[in-house]
Amino acid sequence: MEFRTFVFYFLAAILVFASLRVVTLRNPVHAALHLVLAFFSASGIWILLQAEFLAIALILVYVGAVMVLFLFVVMLLDINLDRLREGFWSYLPLGSIVALLIVAEMSLVLGGMYWGVLESDVPQAEAGYSNVQAVGRLLFTDYVYPFELASVVLLVGIVAATALTLRGKRKSKSVSPSQQVFVKAKDRVRVLQMPAEKRD
Amino acid sequence: MMVETLQQLLPGFLIPHFNWAMQLGQGIFGDLWPSILTAVWTVIKVMLIIAPLLLAVAYATFAERKVIGWMQVRIGPNRVGPWGLFQPLADGLKVLLKEVVVPANADKAVFLLAPLFAFAPALIAWAVIPFNEFLVLANVNASLLFVMAVTSVSVYGIILAGWSPNSKYAFLGSMRSAAQMISYEVAMGLSLVVVLMISNSLNLVDIVKVQNEGRFADMGLKFLSWNWLPLLPMFVVYVISIFAECNRAPFDLAEGESEIIGYHVEYSGMSFAVFQLAEYSAMLMGCTLVSLLFLGGWLSPVAFLPDSILWLFLKIFSVLILFFWVRATFPRYRYDQVMRLGWKVLIPVSLIWLAVVACWMLSPWNIWK
Repeated sequence: MEFRTFVFYFLAAILVFASLRVVTLRNPVHAALHLVLAFFSASGIWILLQAEFLAIALILVYVGAVMVLFLFVVMLLDINLDRLREGFWSYLPLGSIVALLIVAEMSLVLGGMYWGVLESDVPQAEAGYSNVQAVGRLLFTDYVYPFELASVVLLVGIVAATALTLRGKRKSKSVSPSQQVFVKAKDRVRVLQMPAEKRD
Repeated sequence: MMVETLQQLLPGFLIPHFNWAMQLGQGIFGDLWPSILTAVWTVIKVMLIIAPLLLAVAYATFAERKVIGWMQVRIGPNRVGPWGLFQPLADGLKVLLKEVVVPANADKAVFLLAPLFAFAPALIAWAVIPFNEFLVLANVNASLLFVMAVTSVSVYGIILAGWSPNSKYAFLGSMRSAAQMISYEVAMGLSLVVVLMISNSLNLVDIVKVQNEGRFADMGLKFLSWNWLPLLPMFVVYVISIFAECNRAPFDLAEGESEIIGYHVEYSGMSFAVFQLAEYSAMLMGCTLVSLLFLGGWLSPVAFLPDSILWLFLKIFSVLILFFWVRATFPRYRYDQVMRLGWKVLIPVSLIWLAVVACWMLSPWNIWK
Protein backbone atom coordinates (compact mmCIF):
# COMPACT_ATOMS: atom_id res chain seq x y z
CA MET A 1 0.00 0.00 0.00
CA GLU A 2 1.33 3.39 -0.96
CA PHE A 3 1.92 5.91 1.82
CA ARG A 4 -0.50 8.39 0.24
CA THR A 5 -3.25 5.80 0.27
CA PHE A 6 -2.60 5.13 3.94
CA VAL A 7 -2.79 8.87 4.73
CA PHE A 8 -5.99 9.16 2.74
CA TYR A 9 -7.73 6.32 4.58
CA PHE A 10 -6.50 7.66 7.92
CA LEU A 11 -7.90 11.15 7.24
CA ALA A 12 -11.08 9.75 5.70
CA ALA A 13 -11.72 7.55 8.73
CA ILE A 14 -11.35 10.56 11.06
CA LEU A 15 -13.57 12.61 8.78
CA VAL A 16 -16.37 10.01 8.76
CA PHE A 17 -16.11 9.48 12.51
CA ALA A 18 -16.14 13.22 13.26
CA SER A 19 -19.07 13.88 10.93
CA LEU A 20 -21.05 11.07 12.57
CA ARG A 21 -20.33 12.52 15.99
CA VAL A 22 -21.51 15.96 14.83
CA VAL A 23 -25.03 14.63 14.32
CA THR A 24 -25.11 12.10 17.16
CA LEU A 25 -23.56 14.03 20.05
CA ARG A 26 -25.99 15.57 22.53
CA ASN A 27 -23.78 18.43 23.67
CA PRO A 28 -23.90 21.14 20.96
CA VAL A 29 -20.46 22.49 21.83
CA HIS A 30 -18.91 19.03 21.49
CA ALA A 31 -20.72 18.64 18.18
CA ALA A 32 -19.29 21.94 16.95
CA LEU A 33 -15.80 20.85 18.01
CA HIS A 34 -16.19 17.62 16.05
CA LEU A 35 -17.21 19.71 13.06
CA VAL A 36 -13.89 21.55 13.45
CA LEU A 37 -12.12 18.18 13.46
CA ALA A 38 -14.04 17.23 10.31
CA PHE A 39 -12.88 20.46 8.62
CA PHE A 40 -9.28 19.68 9.54
CA SER A 41 -9.42 16.19 8.07
CA ALA A 42 -11.15 17.48 4.94
CA SER A 43 -8.42 20.04 4.44
CA GLY A 44 -5.84 17.28 4.88
CA ILE A 45 -7.51 15.33 2.09
CA TRP A 46 -7.46 18.43 -0.11
CA ILE A 47 -3.73 18.79 0.53
CA LEU A 48 -3.34 15.20 -0.71
CA LEU A 49 -5.02 16.37 -3.93
CA GLN A 50 -2.44 19.21 -4.13
CA ALA A 51 -5.11 21.86 -3.59
CA GLU A 52 -3.15 23.64 -0.88
CA PHE A 53 -4.88 26.98 -1.35
CA LEU A 54 -8.33 25.47 -0.83
CA ALA A 55 -7.12 23.48 2.15
CA ILE A 56 -5.56 26.49 3.89
CA ALA A 57 -8.54 28.69 3.03
CA LEU A 58 -10.85 26.08 4.57
CA ILE A 59 -8.94 26.28 7.84
CA LEU A 60 -8.60 30.07 7.71
CA VAL A 61 -12.22 30.84 6.86
CA TYR A 62 -14.27 28.01 8.32
CA VAL A 63 -12.22 26.96 11.33
CA GLY A 64 -10.68 30.34 12.10
CA ALA A 65 -13.75 32.52 11.62
CA VAL A 66 -17.07 30.78 10.90
CA MET A 67 -16.84 28.08 13.55
CA VAL A 68 -15.66 30.58 16.15
CA LEU A 69 -18.81 32.64 15.63
CA PHE A 70 -20.82 29.41 15.58
CA LEU A 71 -19.34 28.42 18.93
CA PHE A 72 -20.17 31.88 20.29
CA VAL A 73 -23.81 31.38 19.32
CA VAL A 74 -23.99 27.81 20.60
CA MET A 75 -22.42 28.77 23.92
CA LEU A 76 -24.53 31.87 24.45
CA LEU A 77 -27.87 30.26 23.55
CA ASP A 78 -29.46 28.09 26.16
CA ILE A 79 -30.35 25.20 23.89
CA ASN A 80 -33.04 22.92 25.23
CA LEU A 81 -32.30 19.50 23.77
CA ASP A 82 -35.63 17.95 24.79
CA ARG A 83 -37.55 20.48 22.75
CA LEU A 84 -35.24 19.90 19.78
CA ARG A 85 -35.97 16.17 19.91
CA GLU A 86 -39.75 16.65 20.21
CA GLY A 87 -40.63 16.71 16.52
CA PHE A 88 -38.38 13.80 15.56
CA TRP A 89 -41.11 11.51 14.16
CA SER A 90 -42.96 14.22 12.25
CA TYR A 91 -39.74 15.34 10.53
CA LEU A 92 -38.57 11.79 9.83
CA PRO A 93 -40.30 11.31 6.40
CA LEU A 94 -38.84 14.53 4.97
CA GLY A 95 -35.44 13.79 6.47
CA SER A 96 -35.34 10.27 5.10
CA ILE A 97 -36.21 11.49 1.59
CA VAL A 98 -33.26 13.90 1.71
CA ALA A 99 -31.01 11.16 3.07
CA LEU A 100 -32.09 8.75 0.33
CA LEU A 101 -31.39 11.39 -2.33
CA ILE A 102 -27.89 11.95 -0.94
CA VAL A 103 -27.23 8.19 -0.82
CA ALA A 104 -28.41 7.88 -4.44
CA GLU A 105 -26.14 10.71 -5.60
CA MET A 106 -23.17 9.35 -3.68
CA SER A 107 -23.64 5.86 -5.10
CA LEU A 108 -23.82 7.35 -8.61
CA VAL A 109 -20.44 8.96 -8.06
CA LEU A 110 -18.78 6.16 -6.13
CA GLY A 111 -20.08 3.38 -8.37
CA GLY A 112 -19.04 5.35 -11.44
CA MET A 113 -17.75 2.28 -13.23
CA TYR A 114 -21.17 0.63 -13.28
CA TRP A 115 -23.18 3.74 -14.13
CA GLY A 116 -20.93 4.90 -16.90
CA VAL A 117 -19.65 8.01 -15.10
CA LEU A 118 -15.93 8.36 -15.73
CA GLU A 119 -13.65 8.39 -12.73
CA SER A 120 -12.21 11.85 -12.34
CA ASP A 121 -8.52 12.05 -12.99
CA VAL A 122 -6.58 14.45 -10.78
CA PRO A 123 -3.83 16.11 -12.77
CA GLN A 124 -0.49 16.00 -10.99
CA ALA A 125 1.31 19.33 -11.06
CA GLU A 126 5.05 19.74 -10.70
CA ALA A 127 6.52 20.63 -7.31
CA GLY A 128 6.98 24.37 -7.85
CA TYR A 129 3.46 24.96 -9.16
CA SER A 130 1.70 27.70 -7.22
CA ASN A 131 -1.93 26.94 -6.64
CA VAL A 132 -2.61 30.39 -5.22
CA GLN A 133 -1.34 32.19 -8.31
CA ALA A 134 -3.44 30.00 -10.60
CA VAL A 135 -6.61 30.57 -8.56
CA GLY A 136 -5.93 34.31 -8.36
CA ARG A 137 -5.31 34.62 -12.08
CA LEU A 138 -8.53 32.75 -12.93
CA LEU A 139 -10.57 34.77 -10.43
CA PHE A 140 -9.46 38.09 -11.88
CA THR A 141 -9.59 37.18 -15.57
CA ASP A 142 -12.10 34.52 -16.63
CA TYR A 143 -14.33 34.64 -13.58
CA VAL A 144 -14.05 38.32 -12.66
CA TYR A 145 -17.79 39.11 -13.03
CA PRO A 146 -19.05 36.09 -11.02
CA PHE A 147 -16.40 36.86 -8.42
CA GLU A 148 -17.39 40.52 -8.10
CA LEU A 149 -21.07 39.54 -8.04
CA ALA A 150 -20.41 37.10 -5.21
CA SER A 151 -18.64 39.82 -3.25
CA VAL A 152 -21.58 42.18 -3.78
CA VAL A 153 -23.93 39.47 -2.49
CA LEU A 154 -21.74 39.09 0.59
CA LEU A 155 -21.74 42.87 1.10
CA VAL A 156 -25.54 42.87 0.90
CA GLY A 157 -25.52 40.12 3.51
CA ILE A 158 -23.36 42.19 5.86
CA VAL A 159 -25.52 45.29 5.44
CA ALA A 160 -28.69 43.23 5.91
CA ALA A 161 -27.40 41.60 9.08
CA THR A 162 -26.45 45.00 10.48
CA ALA A 163 -29.83 46.48 9.52
CA LEU A 164 -31.73 43.57 11.08
CA THR A 165 -29.96 43.89 14.41
CA LEU A 166 -30.05 47.69 14.50
CA ARG A 167 -32.37 48.82 17.28
CA GLY A 168 -32.66 52.48 16.45
CA LYS A 169 -30.69 55.24 18.04
CA ARG A 170 -28.68 54.28 21.08
CA LYS A 171 -30.36 55.39 24.27
CA SER A 172 -27.64 54.33 26.67
CA LYS A 173 -25.10 56.86 27.84
CA SER A 174 -21.62 56.56 26.45
CA VAL A 175 -18.49 58.66 26.25
CA SER A 176 -17.33 60.03 22.94
CA PRO A 177 -13.61 59.30 22.65
CA SER A 178 -13.06 62.11 20.15
CA GLN A 179 -14.27 64.64 22.73
CA GLN A 180 -12.66 62.76 25.56
CA VAL A 181 -9.13 63.23 24.26
CA PHE A 182 -9.45 67.02 24.20
CA VAL A 183 -10.23 67.27 27.88
CA LYS A 184 -7.64 69.20 29.86
CA ALA A 185 -7.11 69.17 33.56
CA LYS A 186 -8.27 72.77 33.94
CA ASP A 187 -11.69 71.89 32.42
CA ARG A 188 -12.36 69.45 35.21
CA VAL A 189 -10.42 70.51 38.23
CA ARG A 190 -10.55 73.97 39.78
CA VAL A 191 -7.78 74.77 42.19
CA LEU A 192 -9.02 77.22 44.79
CA GLN A 193 -6.71 79.56 46.58
CA MET A 194 -7.94 79.93 50.12
CA PRO A 195 -6.41 82.12 52.74
CA ALA A 196 -5.32 80.28 55.81
CA GLU A 197 -7.91 80.46 58.58
CA LYS A 198 -7.03 81.22 62.08
CA ARG A 199 -7.98 78.61 64.63
CA ASP A 200 -9.80 79.87 67.67
CA MET B 1 19.52 13.90 2.79
CA MET B 2 19.95 12.55 6.29
CA VAL B 3 22.39 9.85 5.15
CA GLU B 4 24.79 12.31 3.51
CA THR B 5 24.64 14.76 6.42
CA LEU B 6 25.29 12.02 8.96
CA GLN B 7 28.15 10.59 6.90
CA GLN B 8 29.81 13.99 6.99
CA LEU B 9 29.12 14.64 10.65
CA LEU B 10 29.89 11.25 12.21
CA PRO B 11 33.44 10.49 13.40
CA GLY B 12 35.39 8.09 11.17
CA PHE B 13 35.25 4.94 13.30
CA LEU B 14 31.41 5.06 13.37
CA ILE B 15 30.92 5.21 9.60
CA PRO B 16 31.24 1.44 8.91
CA HIS B 17 28.67 0.76 11.67
CA PHE B 18 26.40 3.43 10.22
CA ASN B 19 26.64 1.94 6.72
CA TRP B 20 25.95 -1.51 8.17
CA ALA B 21 22.81 -0.18 9.93
CA MET B 22 21.66 1.39 6.67
CA GLN B 23 22.07 -1.92 4.83
CA LEU B 24 20.26 -3.76 7.62
CA GLY B 25 17.32 -1.37 7.39
CA GLN B 26 17.30 -1.72 3.60
CA GLY B 27 17.22 -5.49 4.00
CA ILE B 28 14.36 -5.53 6.50
CA PHE B 29 12.07 -2.84 5.10
CA GLY B 30 12.98 -3.02 1.40
CA ASP B 31 11.26 -0.32 -0.64
CA LEU B 32 9.78 1.38 2.41
CA TRP B 33 13.25 2.20 3.79
CA PRO B 34 13.68 5.60 2.03
CA SER B 35 10.27 6.81 3.27
CA ILE B 36 11.12 5.68 6.81
CA LEU B 37 14.42 7.58 6.58
CA THR B 38 12.58 10.70 5.38
CA ALA B 39 10.11 10.44 8.27
CA VAL B 40 12.91 10.02 10.83
CA TRP B 41 14.86 12.91 9.32
CA THR B 42 11.78 15.15 9.46
CA VAL B 43 11.19 14.28 13.10
CA ILE B 44 14.82 15.13 13.87
CA LYS B 45 14.46 18.49 12.12
CA VAL B 46 11.23 19.21 14.01
CA MET B 47 13.04 18.49 17.26
CA LEU B 48 15.89 20.79 16.21
CA ILE B 49 13.34 23.61 15.91
CA ILE B 50 11.10 22.86 18.89
CA ALA B 51 13.76 22.22 21.53
CA PRO B 52 15.56 25.59 21.10
CA LEU B 53 12.16 27.26 20.76
CA LEU B 54 10.97 25.95 24.13
CA LEU B 55 14.27 27.01 25.67
CA ALA B 56 13.83 30.45 24.12
CA VAL B 57 10.27 30.63 25.49
CA ALA B 58 11.50 29.76 28.99
CA TYR B 59 14.23 32.38 28.84
CA ALA B 60 11.89 34.95 27.29
CA THR B 61 9.97 34.93 30.58
CA PHE B 62 13.25 35.45 32.42
CA ALA B 63 14.39 38.17 30.01
CA GLU B 64 11.08 39.94 30.39
CA ARG B 65 11.34 40.09 34.16
CA LYS B 66 14.96 41.21 34.01
CA VAL B 67 14.43 43.86 31.33
CA ILE B 68 11.31 45.29 32.92
CA GLY B 69 13.16 45.26 36.22
CA TRP B 70 16.00 47.32 34.78
CA MET B 71 13.59 49.71 33.11
CA GLN B 72 11.83 50.29 36.42
CA VAL B 73 15.13 50.59 38.32
CA ARG B 74 14.72 47.25 40.05
CA ILE B 75 17.03 44.25 39.94
CA GLY B 76 14.66 41.53 38.76
CA PRO B 77 15.06 37.85 39.64
CA ASN B 78 18.60 37.24 40.96
CA ARG B 79 18.30 34.50 43.58
CA VAL B 80 18.29 31.19 41.69
CA GLY B 81 21.67 30.48 40.13
CA PRO B 82 24.17 33.08 38.86
CA TRP B 83 22.32 36.32 37.95
CA GLY B 84 19.09 34.40 38.50
CA LEU B 85 19.71 32.36 35.36
CA PHE B 86 18.01 29.23 36.70
CA GLN B 87 14.81 31.10 37.54
CA PRO B 88 12.81 29.65 34.58
CA LEU B 89 13.77 26.12 35.62
CA ALA B 90 12.69 26.80 39.19
CA ASP B 91 9.42 28.29 37.94
CA GLY B 92 8.80 25.27 35.71
CA LEU B 93 9.46 22.86 38.60
CA LYS B 94 7.15 24.78 40.89
CA VAL B 95 4.36 24.81 38.32
CA LEU B 96 4.77 21.08 37.60
CA LEU B 97 4.44 20.20 41.27
CA LYS B 98 1.28 22.22 41.80
CA GLU B 99 -2.12 20.60 41.70
CA VAL B 100 -4.31 21.06 38.63
CA VAL B 101 -7.69 21.91 40.11
CA VAL B 102 -10.60 20.95 37.88
CA PRO B 103 -13.82 22.75 38.85
CA ALA B 104 -16.65 20.44 39.93
CA ASN B 105 -19.07 21.19 37.11
CA ALA B 106 -16.41 21.53 34.43
CA ASP B 107 -16.44 19.72 31.12
CA LYS B 108 -13.31 17.83 32.09
CA ALA B 109 -12.03 16.71 28.67
CA VAL B 110 -12.46 20.13 27.07
CA PHE B 111 -11.07 21.82 30.18
CA LEU B 112 -7.83 19.86 29.86
CA LEU B 113 -7.69 20.17 26.06
CA ALA B 114 -8.12 23.95 25.95
CA PRO B 115 -4.51 24.85 26.91
CA LEU B 116 -3.27 22.55 24.16
CA PHE B 117 -5.51 24.31 21.64
CA ALA B 118 -3.81 27.53 22.66
CA PHE B 119 -0.26 26.16 22.64
CA ALA B 120 -0.16 23.85 19.62
CA PRO B 121 -0.83 26.45 16.86
CA ALA B 122 2.06 28.61 18.05
CA LEU B 123 4.34 25.59 17.62
CA ILE B 124 2.90 24.32 14.32
CA ALA B 125 3.39 27.67 12.61
CA TRP B 126 7.18 27.31 13.02
CA ALA B 127 7.10 24.53 10.40
CA VAL B 128 7.18 27.07 7.57
CA ILE B 129 9.35 29.79 9.15
CA PRO B 130 12.61 30.17 7.19
CA PHE B 131 15.77 30.88 9.22
CA ASN B 132 17.76 31.61 6.10
CA GLU B 133 17.37 30.95 2.41
CA PHE B 134 17.85 27.19 2.78
CA LEU B 135 17.22 26.53 6.46
CA VAL B 136 13.48 25.93 6.49
CA LEU B 137 11.57 22.82 7.53
CA ALA B 138 8.86 23.09 4.86
CA ASN B 139 9.39 25.62 2.10
CA VAL B 140 5.78 25.69 0.93
CA ASN B 141 4.47 28.16 -1.60
CA ALA B 142 1.66 29.48 0.54
CA SER B 143 3.63 29.73 3.77
CA LEU B 144 2.28 33.14 4.80
CA LEU B 145 -1.27 31.84 4.33
CA PHE B 146 -0.35 28.76 6.34
CA VAL B 147 0.93 30.87 9.23
CA MET B 148 -2.27 32.93 9.21
CA ALA B 149 -4.50 29.85 9.11
CA VAL B 150 -2.66 28.09 11.92
CA THR B 151 -2.47 31.10 14.21
CA SER B 152 -6.17 31.79 13.69
CA VAL B 153 -6.87 28.41 15.33
CA SER B 154 -5.36 29.53 18.64
CA VAL B 155 -8.54 31.46 19.46
CA TYR B 156 -10.18 28.10 20.23
CA GLY B 157 -7.96 27.72 23.26
CA ILE B 158 -9.38 30.95 24.64
CA ILE B 159 -13.01 30.19 23.86
CA LEU B 160 -12.90 26.66 25.24
CA ALA B 161 -10.94 27.71 28.32
CA GLY B 162 -13.71 30.16 29.07
CA TRP B 163 -16.58 27.79 28.40
CA SER B 164 -15.40 24.48 29.83
CA PRO B 165 -15.04 25.36 33.56
CA ASN B 166 -18.72 26.39 33.68
CA SER B 167 -17.84 29.70 35.27
CA LYS B 168 -19.46 32.99 34.31
CA TYR B 169 -16.33 35.05 34.94
CA ALA B 170 -14.11 32.88 32.77
CA PHE B 171 -16.79 32.82 30.07
CA LEU B 172 -17.16 36.59 29.94
CA GLY B 173 -13.38 36.97 29.93
CA SER B 174 -13.04 34.54 27.06
CA MET B 175 -15.73 36.30 25.01
CA ARG B 176 -13.82 39.53 25.48
CA SER B 177 -10.44 38.09 24.53
CA ALA B 178 -11.82 36.14 21.57
CA ALA B 179 -13.61 39.22 20.22
CA GLN B 180 -10.36 41.16 20.60
CA MET B 181 -8.36 38.54 18.70
CA ILE B 182 -10.88 38.27 15.87
CA SER B 183 -11.06 42.06 15.51
CA TYR B 184 -7.32 42.53 15.28
CA GLU B 185 -6.96 39.60 12.89
CA VAL B 186 -8.77 41.73 10.28
CA ALA B 187 -6.27 44.59 10.51
CA MET B 188 -3.39 42.13 10.60
CA GLY B 189 -4.68 40.31 7.51
CA LEU B 190 -5.09 43.59 5.61
CA SER B 191 -1.52 44.65 6.37
CA LEU B 192 -0.30 41.23 5.22
CA VAL B 193 -2.25 41.69 1.97
CA VAL B 194 -0.18 44.80 1.25
CA VAL B 195 3.06 42.92 1.94
CA LEU B 196 2.16 40.05 -0.37
CA MET B 197 1.00 42.53 -3.02
CA ILE B 198 4.41 44.17 -3.27
CA SER B 199 6.30 40.89 -2.86
CA ASN B 200 4.19 39.15 -5.49
CA SER B 201 4.47 35.97 -3.46
CA LEU B 202 3.07 34.18 -0.42
CA ASN B 203 6.35 32.41 0.20
CA LEU B 204 8.21 33.78 3.20
CA VAL B 205 11.61 33.10 1.59
CA ASP B 206 10.62 35.13 -1.46
CA ILE B 207 9.17 37.91 0.69
CA VAL B 208 12.53 38.28 2.40
CA LYS B 209 14.46 38.08 -0.87
CA VAL B 210 12.38 40.86 -2.44
CA GLN B 211 13.51 43.19 0.36
CA ASN B 212 17.09 42.74 -0.81
CA GLU B 213 16.42 44.78 -3.95
CA GLY B 214 15.75 48.45 -4.49
CA ARG B 215 17.41 51.81 -4.94
CA PHE B 216 18.83 51.98 -1.43
CA ALA B 217 20.03 48.37 -1.58
CA ASP B 218 22.07 49.28 -4.67
CA MET B 219 23.64 52.12 -2.70
CA GLY B 220 24.66 49.66 0.01
CA LEU B 221 22.11 50.84 2.59
CA LYS B 222 20.05 47.69 2.54
CA PHE B 223 18.06 48.44 5.67
CA LEU B 224 16.35 51.33 3.87
CA SER B 225 14.87 49.05 1.22
CA TRP B 226 13.32 46.67 3.71
CA ASN B 227 9.54 46.76 3.83
CA TRP B 228 9.28 48.82 6.99
CA LEU B 229 10.12 52.09 5.25
CA PRO B 230 7.84 52.07 2.18
CA LEU B 231 5.09 50.38 4.19
CA LEU B 232 5.59 52.32 7.41
CA PRO B 233 1.87 52.66 8.28
CA MET B 234 1.36 48.93 7.65
CA PHE B 235 4.39 48.15 9.80
CA VAL B 236 2.88 50.11 12.68
CA VAL B 237 -0.56 48.53 12.18
CA TYR B 238 0.96 45.06 12.06
CA VAL B 239 3.04 45.52 15.20
CA ILE B 240 0.03 46.87 17.12
CA SER B 241 -2.11 43.96 15.88
CA ILE B 242 0.55 41.48 16.98
CA PHE B 243 0.46 43.03 20.44
CA ALA B 244 -3.30 42.57 20.54
CA GLU B 245 -3.20 39.08 19.05
CA CYS B 246 -0.75 37.89 21.69
CA ASN B 247 -2.86 39.45 24.47
CA ARG B 248 0.16 41.49 25.50
CA ALA B 249 0.31 44.85 27.23
CA PRO B 250 -1.25 47.35 26.58
CA PHE B 251 -3.98 44.95 25.42
CA ASP B 252 -3.53 42.37 28.18
CA LEU B 253 -7.10 42.59 29.43
CA ALA B 254 -7.04 38.87 30.14
CA GLU B 255 -4.41 39.47 32.79
CA GLY B 256 -5.69 42.72 34.28
CA GLU B 257 -4.76 41.69 37.79
CA SER B 258 -6.52 44.44 39.64
CA GLU B 259 -9.68 45.21 37.72
CA ILE B 260 -11.00 42.38 35.52
CA ILE B 261 -10.68 38.65 35.08
CA GLY B 262 -9.51 36.75 32.03
CA TYR B 263 -10.41 33.45 30.42
CA HIS B 264 -7.93 31.45 32.50
CA VAL B 265 -9.20 32.26 36.00
CA GLU B 266 -10.15 28.65 36.70
CA TYR B 267 -6.79 27.24 35.63
CA SER B 268 -4.01 26.36 38.01
CA GLY B 269 -0.65 24.61 38.02
CA MET B 270 0.66 23.22 34.77
CA SER B 271 -2.53 23.84 32.79
CA PHE B 272 -2.21 27.55 33.57
CA ALA B 273 1.48 27.45 32.73
CA VAL B 274 0.66 26.06 29.29
CA PHE B 275 -1.37 29.22 28.62
CA GLN B 276 1.67 31.27 29.59
CA LEU B 277 3.88 29.16 27.32
CA ALA B 278 1.35 29.69 24.53
CA GLU B 279 1.45 33.44 25.08
CA TYR B 280 5.24 33.59 24.96
CA SER B 281 5.61 31.30 21.96
CA ALA B 282 2.94 33.30 20.12
CA MET B 283 4.93 36.40 21.03
CA LEU B 284 8.16 34.89 19.64
CA MET B 285 6.22 33.89 16.52
CA GLY B 286 4.94 37.45 16.17
CA CYS B 287 8.45 38.89 16.57
CA THR B 288 9.77 36.48 13.94
CA LEU B 289 7.02 37.44 11.52
CA VAL B 290 7.69 41.14 12.02
CA SER B 291 11.40 40.50 11.38
CA LEU B 292 10.73 38.45 8.26
CA LEU B 293 8.00 40.56 6.70
CA PHE B 294 9.16 44.07 7.52
CA LEU B 295 12.74 43.97 8.80
CA GLY B 296 14.41 41.87 6.12
CA GLY B 297 14.77 38.57 7.97
CA TRP B 298 18.30 37.24 7.75
CA LEU B 299 19.51 40.08 5.45
CA SER B 300 22.26 42.25 6.82
CA PRO B 301 21.46 45.97 7.19
CA VAL B 302 24.45 47.15 5.15
CA ALA B 303 26.06 45.72 2.06
CA PHE B 304 29.59 45.23 3.48
CA LEU B 305 28.43 42.75 6.13
CA PRO B 306 27.35 39.24 5.11
CA ASP B 307 23.76 38.00 5.46
CA SER B 308 23.45 35.60 8.36
CA ILE B 309 20.97 33.82 10.56
CA LEU B 310 22.42 35.87 13.43
CA TRP B 311 20.82 39.01 11.96
CA LEU B 312 17.45 37.26 12.15
CA PHE B 313 18.01 36.37 15.81
CA LEU B 314 19.15 39.92 16.53
CA LYS B 315 16.00 41.34 14.89
CA ILE B 316 13.72 38.92 16.74
CA PHE B 317 15.39 39.87 20.01
CA SER B 318 15.04 43.60 19.29
CA VAL B 319 11.32 43.26 18.57
CA LEU B 320 11.01 41.18 21.74
CA ILE B 321 12.65 43.98 23.71
CA LEU B 322 10.06 46.33 22.17
CA PHE B 323 7.33 44.07 23.61
CA PHE B 324 8.93 44.32 27.06
CA TRP B 325 9.49 48.05 26.75
CA VAL B 326 5.83 48.63 25.91
CA ARG B 327 4.77 46.48 28.85
CA ALA B 328 7.02 48.42 31.19
CA THR B 329 5.79 51.85 30.09
CA PHE B 330 2.20 51.95 28.80
CA PRO B 331 -0.94 51.69 30.91
CA ARG B 332 -3.57 49.12 29.97
CA TYR B 333 -6.32 50.02 27.47
CA ARG B 334 -9.95 49.96 28.53
CA TYR B 335 -11.96 47.33 26.64
CA ASP B 336 -14.07 49.75 24.59
CA GLN B 337 -10.88 51.62 23.67
CA VAL B 338 -9.30 48.38 22.47
CA MET B 339 -12.27 47.73 20.20
CA ARG B 340 -12.35 51.33 18.99
CA LEU B 341 -8.65 51.27 18.11
CA GLY B 342 -9.08 48.02 16.19
CA TRP B 343 -12.19 48.78 14.20
CA LYS B 344 -12.18 52.55 13.84
CA VAL B 345 -8.48 53.31 13.53
CA LEU B 346 -6.39 50.35 12.39
CA ILE B 347 -8.80 48.87 9.84
CA PRO B 348 -9.51 52.19 8.03
CA VAL B 349 -5.79 53.02 8.03
CA SER B 350 -4.89 49.67 6.51
CA LEU B 351 -7.73 49.84 3.95
CA ILE B 352 -6.63 53.29 2.81
CA TRP B 353 -2.97 52.33 2.66
CA LEU B 354 -3.95 49.21 0.69
CA ALA B 355 -5.54 51.44 -1.95
CA VAL B 356 -2.57 53.85 -1.85
CA VAL B 357 -0.05 51.05 -2.42
CA ALA B 358 -2.20 49.57 -5.19
CA CYS B 359 -2.24 52.94 -7.00
CA TRP B 360 1.48 53.38 -6.31
CA MET B 361 2.20 50.02 -7.93
CA LEU B 362 0.25 50.96 -11.06
CA SER B 363 1.88 54.39 -11.29
CA PRO B 364 5.21 55.05 -13.06
CA TRP B 365 6.87 55.55 -9.64
CA ASN B 366 6.47 51.90 -8.76
CA ILE B 367 9.55 50.83 -6.79
CA TRP B 368 8.73 47.11 -6.64
CA LYS B 369 9.34 45.82 -10.15
